[in-house]
Amino acid sequence: MNTPSNAMPESAMDRQPITPAAAATAPPRPFYWSVRRELWENRYIYMAPVGVAALFLFAHLIGTIHLPAQMRQLSGVDPEKYREAILRPYNTAAGFLMGAYILVSIFYCADALHGERRDRSILFWKSLPVSDLTTVLAKASIPFLILPLLTFALTLVLQFMILLLSSAVLLGSGLSVGSLWAHLPVVQMSLLMLYHIVTVHALWPAPVYCWLLLVSGWARRAAFLWAALPVLAIAGVERIAFHTQYFASLVAYRLVGYTAPMSSMPADVFPTDPMTHITPGHFLFSPGLWIGLAVAVAFLAAAVRLRRHQGPA
Amino acid sequence: MACIEARGLRKAFGKTIALDGVDLRVEDGRILGIIGPNGAGKTTALNAILGLTPYQGELRVLGRDPWAERDRLMRDVCFIADVAVLPRWIRVSQVLDYVAGVHPRFDRAKAEGFLAKTTIQHTSKVRELSKGMVTQLHLAIVMAIDARLLVLDEPTLGLDILYRKQFYDSLLNDYFDRNRTILVATHQVEEIQHVFTDLIFINHGRIVFSCSMEEIESRYMEVMVHPDRVAAARALKPMSERQVFGRSVLLFDGGDRQQLGALGDVRTPSVADLFVAVMGKQGHAQGAAS
Repeated sequence: MNTPSNAMPESAMDRQPITPAAAATAPPRPFYWSVRRELWENRYIYMAPVGVAALFLFAHLIGTIHLPAQMRQLSGVDPEKYREAILRPYNTAAGFLMGAYILVSIFYCADALHGERRDRSILFWKSLPVSDLTTVLAKASIPFLILPLLTFALTLVLQFMILLLSSAVLLGSGLSVGSLWAHLPVVQMSLLMLYHIVTVHALWPAPVYCWLLLVSGWARRAAFLWAALPVLAIAGVERIAFHTQYFASLVAYRLVGYTAPMSSMPADVFPTDPMTHITPGHFLFSPGLWIGLAVAVAFLAAAVRLRRHQGPA
Repeated sequence: MACIEARGLRKAFGKTIALDGVDLRVEDGRILGIIGPNGAGKTTALNAILGLTPYQGELRVLGRDPWAERDRLMRDVCFIADVAVLPRWIRVSQVLDYVAGVHPRFDRAKAEGFLAKTTIQHTSKVRELSKGMVTQLHLAIVMAIDARLLVLDEPTLGLDILYRKQFYDSLLNDYFDRNRTILVATHQVEEIQHVFTDLIFINHGRIVFSCSMEEIESRYMEVMVHPDRVAAARALKPMSERQVFGRSVLLFDGGDRQQLGALGDVRTPSVADLFVAVMGKQGHAQGAAS
């Protein structure tokens, strides 16, 4: 096989030697483009939250018919209730978008490393100089980076539009908008919301998202089922054998979110005053957070290892 | 340094041995055809070379360990693993954006130039393209990457003859030069045997035959024997014998060309016939080459 050959095709004879790669092009950015790839492939990542926001805005538009009457009625009652009533649509808006965030994250993670094996495109992605680590991190960035930022930005926009809409309606019916604006701690509200999104919906449930990512890289089909079944099985065995529910409540606690520092709040009201309700120290020093993150990192590392070995499903 | 150097390459899936001690050395600038029946270990060997599967034994591709350094290796190596591995949801413009974004040796203008010769639209999604067009797209991308090694595993499977011919024509005319190395595993030997500079046959995870094309031309002879000389021809111990239109065709490994010429018409065997003869000698001729 190593003998020099004269049987070289004619056309190859007069070709130039390999020229250095086009040096003028920008340096490669595999992580950035891998995230772009996820957004191209899974457009629901942003379409679903935008859809939820649009729907909410539409519903609110219809709801504002009652706003002037409501404001007149409220002007006499006690200030705390008044404040709560004014804040309610903003909190509900944020709540809906966070719900969309959780749903999209779960749905996305359960398919993230499965889709490319199902359609065999993993063989194309692996033919490019992008490491398995980069690919898995790009996929993990959807629930941990893209969706939190998107949810935050979208909530701000939505709340701002609700505010404009309410103001327009109030002005149109001859009422003052002063009290509405005065009762909205805009900066505090958005800061607290960002904190809430990052801690409660990104960091705290991290092991759940990473577990789904890992199983999606392992299962040949029905990744979500494979992710859920062991949880149900362990919880079931524990319940029947030991009459306890530690595991089930542990998982539920991760899914629903970290609630301890906010336990002083009424359950249906989104906290709006950072000074009294945020206790970052409490959260950041809770062993639960760090154990959860360590488990999440272990799941991710396993997912990277797994992708290295995996071909098409 | 050779482009590929393998020594005692071994790989088992459970009890099935896919590679059973493969030794292989491929120099730069060769076009190596890898021929073997289904399940012979071709794809496993290529996957090991591409860093897609772990293996035992020694393997160096462009001086690197493929399993440990796949992502680094892929800067200098390209592969088309199979037809239709481009994701169906992606747009032509997106796949160009992506490869341009991650590959330091991708020349986008070149790829656009290849695509301009086809009917592929930039706004089309892969799922809207025909199978032949998807292969054209993949080839346009691969040919625009300034790689040192290109690996093709059944790249034209399921395509019609026009696309198949076009595929290898553009590969030879627009891509190959003596600095690049190409590995092709295929069943469709007849159409592309003129492309190869070297050939290996692989069976049951072993390389059973390895030869350069010009060596094949000088060494192997196929003789369509005159009916009255058959006994004399058989006495010369041919590798194989088959019947074509009622006449015996005997394949010889070496021998005196003049002596054989006296027995009948001498010509160089096709790769497919050689394959069948080699496999037959092995006693494992259950899979045919084409």
